[in-house]
Amino acid sequence: MPDAGHARLIQLLHADSAVTTNVLTTEEEGIAVAAGAWLGGQRSVLLMQSSGVGNCINMLSLATVGRFPLLMLVTMRGEWAEFNPWQVPMGTGTAAALAAVGVRTMRAETAEDLVEIVGSAATLAYEADQQVAVLIAQRLIGAKKW
Amino acid sequence: MVSAMDNTLERRAAVAALLKERGDLLVVAGLGSPAYDLNAAGDTDANFYLWGAMGSAALIGLGLAQAQPQRTVLALTGDGEQLMGLGGLATIAIAKPRNLVVAVIDNGHFGETGMQASHTGRGIDLAAVAASMGFAETRTASDLAGVEALRRALHAPASGPRLFVIKVSAQNPPRSLPARDAVYLKNRFRARLGLPVS
Repeated sequence: MPDAGHARLIQLLHADSAVTTNVLTTEEEGIAVAAGAWLGGQRSVLLMQSSGVGNCINMLSLATVGRFPLLMLVTMRGEWAEFNPWQVPMGTGTAAALAAVGVRTMRAETAEDLVEIVGSAATLAYEADQQVAVLIAQRLIGAKKW
Repeated sequence: MVSAMDNTLERRAAVAALLKERGDLLVVAGLGSPAYDLNAAGDTDANFYLWGAMGSAALIGLGLAQAQPQRTVLALTGDGEQLMGLGGLATIAIAKPRNLVVAVIDNGHFGETGMQASHTGRGIDLAAVAASMGFAETRTASDLAGVEALRRALHAPASGPRLFVIKVSAQNPPRSLPARDAVYLKNRFRARLGLPVS
């Protein structure tokens, strides 16, 4: 999903001929595409911001019930120097919402942590068949500039 | 316009005809009647059935089609599920998988929940929606001869994603229940493709 925090990564993935990218209309689509890719033998990663996590809740049953590997990278909004009140409710509820449907969350506060945590999350997802969301702190991304 | 009440094609016969001589076709079926129809047509390891995650069948088909570009993937869904996943059709349209066919078994009703009229039963044309999004081919069938034409098209090469609408009567045949354990279904599907099963 388009997101300012993921912008550089999205650009790199689109430019990498070894990677198939899908642009989604809503975050839950990615849960389904990732499951299909795994049925066919491919790994994937789903990028979104915290406001999109709520869109995924019922669809996550596919990943948890089927024990499909799932790696989500979630940039947080609504928690650090947030100017937009509409981002706050879902930002506040992101970790709890994911936990409520059985998705593990791991939180990265620094750039060093992020690299290590994403590696760990990928192993948990793809070696241990876990459903993992890495929550990337808004403080790490930086407040949105207008 | 033909109203949903005028459709006489029986869904089980239609799905059986579509899947006749299916070869190495991979099939994902959406929750409810499409899953029962697929199971009734013949269970195999190359079938993946959903019992929930409404809206996902066509998109699981997309991920699978991209991962297995040499295989044809059929996503068998209903009008209710595809209406919930209209945005997914746009995602499929721009991804342009040549090996994905979405077949909507369209009875114009929400058959699992009391047979209330759906949006297709009130005039929305999913084939026209898909065509407007740039699907390479969209076709509608409402009798067995038409389904046979779709079956032949299913196994022919295509230049992009396709969407077939099969208009069926609004009846719920006796349920034909596939396995509900998604881990089992996933593992046997992957094993069928020669992939590691964890």
